[in-house]
Amino acid sequence: MKLSRKWLQEFVDVGPVNDRDFAEAMTISGSKVEITEDLGAEISNIVVGRILSMERHPDSDHMWVCQLDVGQAEPVQIVTGAWNIHEGDLVPVALHKSTLPGGKKIEKGKLRGVPSNGMLCSLSELGLDERDFPYAAVTAAALLNDYKPIDPVKPSIPADIKAGDKVFGPVIAAFVQEVTPRTDIPGTYTIYLLGGENCFEVITNCSNIHLEDMVAFNTKTETICTLADLRAEQREFPHCIPDGIFVLHEDCKPGDDIRPVIGADDHVVEFEITPNRPDCLSVIGLAREAAVTFHKPLKLHAPVVKGGAPGALTELLDVETPDPDLCPRYTARMVRNVKIAPSPKWMRERLRASGVRPINNIVDITNYVMLEYGQPMHAFDYRYVKGGKIVVRRAKDGEELTTLDNNVRRLTSDMLVIADDTRAVGLAGVMGGLNSEIVADTADVVFESANFDGACIRKTALALGMRTEASAKFEKGLDILNTLPAVNRACELVELLGAGEVVDGVIDILNYVPQPVTVKFEPAKMNRFLGVDVPEDEQHRTLLDLGFGLEGDTIAVPSWRSDVEHWSDIAEEVARFYGYNKIPDTLSSGLNERRGWTRAQQAENTMGALCRAAGYSEIITYSFISPACYDKIDLPADSPLRDSMKILNPLGEDTSIMRTTTLPSMLEILARNYNYRNKSVRLYELGRTYFAKNDGSGMADEPKVLSLGAYGGDMDFFTLKGAVETILDGLRITGVQYEAETENPSYHPGRCARICRGGAVLGVLGQIHPHVADNYGVDCELYAAELRLDAMCQCAGCKPLYCPLPKFPAVTRDISLLCGCDVPVAALEDCIRRGARGLLKNESLFDIYTGPGVPDGKKSVAFSLELRADDRSLTAEEADEDVKSILELLRTELGAVLR
Amino acid sequence: MKAQLEAIRKGALEAIAATQAMADLEALRVKYLGKKGELTAVLKQMGALSAEERPAMGQMANDVRARLEEAIEAQSAALSQKAMEAKLKLETLDVTIPGKKPLQGHKHPMYSVLDEMKEIFLNMGFEIMDGPEIEQADYNFTKLNAPENHPSRDWTDTFYLKEDSSVLLRSQTSPMQIRAMETYGVPIRMISAGRVYRKDEVDATHSPMFHQIEGLVVDKGITMADLKGTLNAVIREIYGPGTVTRFRPHHFPFTEPSCEVDIQCYKCGGRGCPTCKGEGWIEILGAGMVHPKVLRNCGIDPEEYSGFAFGMGLERLALGQYKISDMRLIFENDMRFLEQF
Repeated sequence: MKLSRKWLQEFVDVGPVNDRDFAEAMTISGSKVEITEDLGAEISNIVVGRILSMERHPDSDHMWVCQLDVGQAEPVQIVTGAWNIHEGDLVPVALHKSTLPGGKKIEKGKLRGVPSNGMLCSLSELGLDERDFPYAAVTAAALLNDYKPIDPVKPSIPADIKAGDKVFGPVIAAFVQEVTPRTDIPGTYTIYLLGGENCFEVITNCSNIHLEDMVAFNTKTETICTLADLRAEQREFPHCIPDGIFVLHEDCKPGDDIRPVIGADDHVVEFEITPNRPDCLSVIGLAREAAVTFHKPLKLHAPVVKGGAPGALTELLDVETPDPDLCPRYTARMVRNVKIAPSPKWMRERLRASGVRPINNIVDITNYVMLEYGQPMHAFDYRYVKGGKIVVRRAKDGEELTTLDNNVRRLTSDMLVIADDTRAVGLAGVMGGLNSEIVADTADVVFESANFDGACIRKTALALGMRTEASAKFEKGLDILNTLPAVNRACELVELLGAGEVVDGVIDILNYVPQPVTVKFEPAKMNRFLGVDVPEDEQHRTLLDLGFGLEGDTIAVPSWRSDVEHWSDIAEEVARFYGYNKIPDTLSSGLNERRGWTRAQQAENTMGALCRAAGYSEIITYSFISPACYDKIDLPADSPLRDSMKILNPLGEDTSIMRTTTLPSMLEILARNYNYRNKSVRLYELGRTYFAKNDGSGMADEPKVLSLGAYGGDMDFFTLKGAVETILDGLRITGVQYEAETENPSYHPGRCARICRGGAVLGVLGQIHPHVADNYGVDCELYAAELRLDAMCQCAGCKPLYCPLPKFPAVTRDISLLCGCDVPVAALEDCIRRGARGLLKNESLFDIYTGPGVPDGKKSVAFSLELRADDRSLTAEEADEDVKSILELLRTELGAVLR
Repeated sequence: MKAQLEAIRKGALEAIAATQAMADLEALRVKYLGKKGELTAVLKQMGALSAEERPAMGQMANDVRARLEEAIEAQSAALSQKAMEAKLKLETLDVTIPGKKPLQGHKHPMYSVLDEMKEIFLNMGFEIMDGPEIEQADYNFTKLNAPENHPSRDWTDTFYLKEDSSVLLRSQTSPMQIRAMETYGVPIRMISAGRVYRKDEVDATHSPMFHQIEGLVVDKGITMADLKGTLNAVIREIYGPGTVTRFRPHHFPFTEPSCEVDIQCYKCGGRGCPTCKGEGWIEILGAGMVHPKVLRNCGIDPEEYSGFAFGMGLERLALGQYKISDMRLIFENDMRFLEQF
């Protein structure tokens, strides 16, 4: 919401407060200011000048050398290429060292040798356009002395044409003998022409005609021809353009600062209004907030309408609201004998400052009232309201309406239209229909000021993709009591502007009578709740200033404050004008039973720390993936993992399903790093997977998975396994078995292990299947592990118990075993442990060898055995007894023999 | 004999002082003090001395021996000191050569910031709760007092998993307020952090998945002053003790009164700069007193209990703290990015 401070001033005088302080105070009291703008900030040293004299440039066929009175002792000389100015005109003059909107700087210089001490400004150079100053539109005559034939060999007009010569038909060349600007109608000129033997006196609004020019004069219509009249192209008359210097018809004098003249002396404050305060989407609403913020009186004004136009409203207009739930109130008035014209400067300036383009007086009035009162209004051309009847009804499914923006809209029965007897003429609360638009010859106007159901308007705007200023207001729910003052204000403005005659009476259909909301006034409770001590009378005053009623201890909430319904809402009103920042800082005391990390949270923290200690870095990936990811990791078509929960309105296919495995996310990040040519990468993520619950709730089980991913450097299966072992050790998970996993389609069938403990599967680790790696465009070995958090947490051991340090020395025996290649090391280790007779404390693998000296199909596996007794020094014989037993079991169970 | 002893003493001391190597010193020890050494040889002549002369000569011989032993000991110490010095010199390293670091992984910057936040709240006696990301609209919106036609419920804003809009990807961590109150009742002091989802296209400041941290305190007699005190304490932990804050009124459906909290721009000190978009302030979180309707929705009597809640986006915090210019980096997980933290 953009607020003109000039406009605000009409309702509350906040005193000499600069923009920054104003913004800060309003923000602190609850109306957040986004930006403030000084409309004239970029304009400097531009003044009003009067053209004292004009001479043709001695060395140019199109420039003029002007002497200007700019309020200084001496006239200023400025050279211009514009042709629409005349002696006596008031024009904006950018003096030496001036700045224009957009940051353009003007300095003195020479134009074809003639000194020029500044620049005369056009509308656009001042950041304006014709909508701001419609009178500044330039009509250009086709000057024959500017004629440049397209084909020099065959000119349409002879170069030596003389006054009186025929151009074509009734059109002759005529010589300009005198140009007199008319004071009664600004922008028109009386011109004396000489055409051969005849003299002509013509009145024209072509502003580019000067003494000694040659014009084309139509003797039949007695008008001076424009380019269009001659059917000429612009390039044939390069300087006869519909543009030029902004000739001021304002009440100003030479030397005046241009900013107030063009309305650039205003300051605009843009607010971010929260959706609970649609009342602040208006000048009056913000004025009320400003008045309470700055402790200044709010000056409201009740519209006064004289009325008296011919006809009785009830005979002219009939309104029906067959869907009262969607149209709680419909208020309308009529204006007759409308004179469509530009609205006055002050109104255009305020609209423009508020970000609304001025159009014409009637449309501008509706916008002005919408901005001032926060009540959207609409104006229809009465002649297109067939049968003099307005029906506010649901659209028929498939009904079509061309809205004001010239788009054909297909409507549904969820949408509300304003219709006449036969057809829709507007989309209620969103946009009017093109078929009833206010046009130049509109004579009778219906002003609509209605209250529509917010949800209906919001859905309509959303469905049609046309959120308008009006719909944005309606969707928040507007004050139902505001429609009547707003329509009266519109009629008052019509009379003020002389834009038409207002018909007496109002059509006002009230389908819903709002019950006033009351809340108990409990100042002590407010203070307790806020932790402050705001005196009762201060609370009282704040509420009254905001428009609340107070009788005894009952607060009556004003109709525009539908957001207030409970004492906590009152507390906010008290708090924000007392000042949130004046509320003291206290810390609530009291400790809860549940506090600190939970066991599961501690386990997660530990896991993260272990991963990082092992060299793995943390990543964060999206929870949603593409269905194609399952193909990329080679999941079979019937895999239950493909049964993902689907997002019904995803951003795109790539983020459309909730992952059931974190592997694709990890592989995607590995592949991305590989593409970035990062040589050695170790990553981990603690992320969720999502599985639909079977209880019909639509909710999910969201088990967390610790996934590791790596490639490059010294990465191989055992390096990864070492990291997994470190993590499991760190969580004190013992008794873990690693079983060959050959069936997991995403992993290398010979380099993948299932991680088990007891009957539970903790996860999987291994090299990614080369085919899957290839699917991700990676041609090196990728490694990954997926560990289930819940399973790990269940297995996590408790704190370790101290085991006494050995008092007696150990005996070490190294054994080198020869066994079949397919015998797993785990089986050998198992035999060694079971074969020992109680003295074996530790066994460690130190070599595996195949090659010369070892028969084909066999391998040599070497272990170092540590044997020890807790109560005595072992003899060599005792140790050898155990080793013998171990070797015996190895031989019988696995056929492994000493090498 | 006296002259002999004197000669030995003089000769030996000179020789000892001149030695350069341990072996030479040992040879001198044998030469003078050994069983067949010169001093021993002289002592063997003691028998020939008179009884009067013997004690004096014996004394003198012992003095010479002691003197020589002392000299050898001192020279030995000096030589080994020298040897040690030579060895150390030989072993001297270029200490500017980089060290051998153990490979160390890095915590994601987002989660570093989150963990910092968690520690702050744990120290203030809060507990940390975790909840579902696939959530019921009831929890994400309705029980939080979001009106039926609230724009955030639109399918253009929130991801849905059921046609009837009853199940969605949570668009905020606030449903955890409801779950906490329903599960544990009052009093409660908790935070909950995690992933949330909104239908925003990916760009430098948006992601369809991002992170929030939510907090809730409900007890008897909790005031807005408590809200301010707690949040100011937390903000000063994060941004430093001198941080200036500004609480300004705002609107959230589930709190009343509601506020947004700004910190004075750390870059310009409040004068206005590009970082704070000229405002001098940077918005960091939203908060408010728990709406009585929300308490009632959870079976808590708002006339007896009150509370405050707050929520903030973690990405913005992390981006601000580490001066990360683009949110996409957070989810890109480039090793070269991760290694910086």
